[in-house]
Amino acid sequence: MKKDIILCGVGGQGILSIATIIGEAATKAGLYLKQAEVHGMSQRGGDVQSNLRLSTEPIWSDLIAEAGADLIISMEPMEAMRYLAYLSKDGKIVTSSKPFVNIPNYPDEAALQQELDTLPSVKLDIDTVAKDCGNPRGANMVLLGMAAPIIGILSVESLREAIATVFARKGEQIVEANLKAFDAGVAYKRGT
Amino acid sequence: MKKLLLGDEAVALGAINAGLSGVYAYPGTPSTEITEYIQNHPLAKERGIHSRWCTNEKTAMEAALGMSYAGKRALVCMKHVGMNVCADAFVNSAITGVKGGLIVLAADDPSMHSSQNEQDSRFYAKFALVPCLEPSNQQEAYDMMAYGFDLSERLGEPIVLRVVTRLAHSRAAVEVTEPKAEKFLSPSTDQWVLLPGIARKKYVKLIEKQDAMKQASTESPFNKVEAAASKTGILACGIAYNYVKEALGSDANLVKISQYPLPEEKIKALAAKCEDLIVIEDGQPVVEELVKGLLGAGYPVKGRLTGDLPRTGELNPDNVAKALGKATGAVFAPAKNMAARPPQLCQGCGHRDVYAALNQVLADYPDHRVFGDIGCYTLGALPPFQSLSSCVDMGASITMAKGAADAGLFPAVAIIGDSTFTHSGMTGLLDAVNDKANITVIISDNLTTGMTGGQDSAGTNKYEAICLGLGVEPEHVRVVVPLPKNMPEITRVIKEEIEYKGVSVIIPRRECIQTFARHARAKKQ
Repeated sequence: MKKDIILCGVGGQGILSIATIIGEAATKAGLYLKQAEVHGMSQRGGDVQSNLRLSTEPIWSDLIAEAGADLIISMEPMEAMRYLAYLSKDGKIVTSSKPFVNIPNYPDEAALQQELDTLPSVKLDIDTVAKDCGNPRGANMVLLGMAAPIIGILSVESLREAIATVFARKGEQIVEANLKAFDAGVAYKRGT
Repeated sequence: MKKLLLGDEAVALGAINAGLSGVYAYPGTPSTEITEYIQNHPLAKERGIHSRWCTNEKTAMEAALGMSYAGKRALVCMKHVGMNVCADAFVNSAITGVKGGLIVLAADDPSMHSSQNEQDSRFYAKFALVPCLEPSNQQEAYDMMAYGFDLSERLGEPIVLRVVTRLAHSRAAVEVTEPKAEKFLSPSTDQWVLLPGIARKKYVKLIEKQDAMKQASTESPFNKVEAAASKTGILACGIAYNYVKEALGSDANLVKISQYPLPEEKIKALAAKCEDLIVIEDGQPVVEELVKGLLGAGYPVKGRLTGDLPRTGELNPDNVAKALGKATGAVFAPAKNMAARPPQLCQGCGHRDVYAALNQVLADYPDHRVFGDIGCYTLGALPPFQSLSSCVDMGASITMAKGAADAGLFPAVAIIGDSTFTHSGMTGLLDAVNDKANITVIISDNLTTGMTGGQDSAGTNKYEAICLGLGVEPEHVRVVVPLPKNMPEITRVIKEEIEYKGVSVIIPRRECIQTFARHARAKKQ
């Protein structure tokens, strides 16, 4: 079994933390993993993405091929659609619904939301959910929670454990806050 | 034990565990994480392995050569264009030869994710007549450090280790070995004085070593042959091997090339049993050109030069699969509601205030030109500022402004960051002072090397002294604080210095907001 995931967003939104957590869970589960990141200039408020490949078999390429991604996880709705060429026939998009507008020519929001609805996508205002959980900086954990039941090759519980491991050195309070945000994301997907 | 490591981290840990005594580097994407990993590694700290950032790649290369002279293992790291900066020292290090193992790591950036060109560092290895290692994955990157140091000491020559962005910045699990001891101090007793009479003899020696280098490539565990039934033979270089395997699995009739000079016998044997060859290599068509020469004009060789692969840009699973007749293509059409999102200066960044002030003043001088340099502030070329006319290489802002001023252009303004100034701007400023050039230099000092993530900047707290020492007149070295509230003062200072007919330096100084936030968080914890 394998899962190819594109993580994307705008530089500074915290997609690398999501990648680190999935990476931690995958390593613990004994999966093969490759994770290509973008460092450098584009981290300054530009579009960023990470290719995450998880498999029970050895993986060759660090990059995902066109029509190869099982999942696009995005911190921003337009960014989710930037990588459509990579989405597989049965692939899914899990994204924040809230535009991050730092460019003058950002598309019309209603048209963008409408186009997103024509795609196999799940979207949520993760910023608001994170605020409601009392963890305004935990929007990326809400998003990971939304994606968790779809990732498949890793259990929701293993991702929870990975959050605890990754944030352990920042103290119990931070771990709890992130788990709460993650659980809120999981609950949304399950429709509760 | 297995560890999840970036390609860069695999290089770093591989070096530490191979008995490294010093890493010498200037930050540059995609190589920066190597030195940072060594700086933070407990064993490296315990052993006191040198890891402080250098002023530029040339000082780094020379210091590493000095450590090698003293008998210890040294690593030099840089992005590909850093090879140009250290080329003098690098090429001559092949003539002197080395004592302690010396690896020169060049991180190439095909597709120019964070660079100005796509130059291929394998050319440099060939130019200097030394071996080059090109790992296909993180494990090989790790393993090649110990292997490379041994090879370097056996041949008495520096080894180039070439990685590309997609390996440098991709994580995978790496099997890690036990650390070896460092080498003892044992300075070379050989003469490294490259006077013509000595250099000629040493050059002959280097030529004589070429056969041993070829032999090493032939026997290299990293250059392997895989056989299949196909009539097309594949030469898969470095990371290209992964894309070939992704497309063809075990159906590939190939020679994997991860050590140069080329394993010629393996390539000839593959050619003999195939009808044609395709060369798949990331970067420039280095191997393609060499193989055409090796096999003669009659043998069909495909690659980037024949259009079977794109002439520019990095390899990926799609363009490689297409070249191998295995392309699939996208299912979903591109999104209609889409816009480019280029990188930009952070909100609250001091460079923003500098450009705002500069644009305001220069609006009164329609013939002005601003010569830019390499760093975050290069983003001043993009909207909303669009202030820059050029950005070429480290330090070129000052010297290009000077040349343009020599030609009569006025006002000629140079803008350069603090770290770039000490890297390659100081000598140009001395030229300008000696020539009394009519230029205005802005050293936008954010107290760090910002673009690469906030590494120490070599000249912090020394800029006024450096400018005065180089001979800039004291009344024309001006320091301002780039904040919106200081706009009247900054614009006045810029205007006054443009009107001064000579060299003036303005230093807007305020800490990078990224490092400022990081320092504030560290204090809180």
